[in-house]
Amino acid sequence: MKIVNYLILTAFAGLMIFASMGMANRGDANAPMNREKSPIGSPGAAHYYIQNSKTDSYTDNMVTVILADWRGYDTLGEETVILTAGLICYLLLRKRKIPHDSER
Amino acid sequence: MTQKDNNPIISLTSRVVSPFIMLFALYVIFHGHYSPGGGFQGGTMLAAAVILVRLAAGREVSQLQFKKSWGTPVGSVGVFIYFFTGLVAMLMGGNYLDYGFLPLGTEPAVTRGWGILFIEIGVGLAVMGILVAIYDDLLEGDPQ
Repeated sequence: MKIVNYLILTAFAGLMIFASMGMANRGDANAPMNREKSPIGSPGAAHYYIQNSKTDSYTDNMVTVILADWRGYDTLGEETVILTAGLICYLLLRKRKIPHDSER
Repeated sequence: MTQKDNNPIISLTSRVVSPFIMLFALYVIFHGHYSPGGGFQGGTMLAAAVILVRLAAGREVSQLQFKKSWGTPVGSVGVFIYFFTGLVAMLMGGNYLDYGFLPLGTEPAVTRGWGILFIEIGVGLAVMGILVAIYDDLLEGDPQ
């Protein structure tokens, strides 16, 4: 049974490597995700980000502008998730006074 | 912690190194506009500086640096800063989280840059507070 697991894992790894060969090169201007217009004619997102990050937000780091400005709702959700995790740890793990048997 | 006596090398080193880690974390947060970095990374490094002293000096002594009861409030304040920045932008006439409407008196593009800085500070505080709080919560039942 162990042999079958390893075979499945190897097959998946081979599939992943084969699939990664079809990806576009980094920064390829002709890749569909980097084109000014997407294949169906709508404006491409990456092109807009690269062109307008400096003029929209006066910030050099494109990643910061995408993370904090254009996708602010996403970051807000991430932060809420972190706070929720902390609150759940607080509720589950803090020290509580266990009442004695006579007080129950 | 089974060993009660403190090793002076470990405690002194952590005491010296911790402020510099905090300084670099603040650099990462405030320089996120121009270089890789931002609130999540800087907040994690702030928490690392606090937890380093907690690991080296023990729980009682490290309360002098960052109290055990501060973690969750600091995290909540960070999330509140984020929400409040978006709320102010909405009250000034824009959409929620549309930083161009923050009342800073600068032109909209520069105002958006300031808004990004505000929410990065909020994210950094939240990540730091919550990480330290989780560490303290996990050590809660440890008898020492």
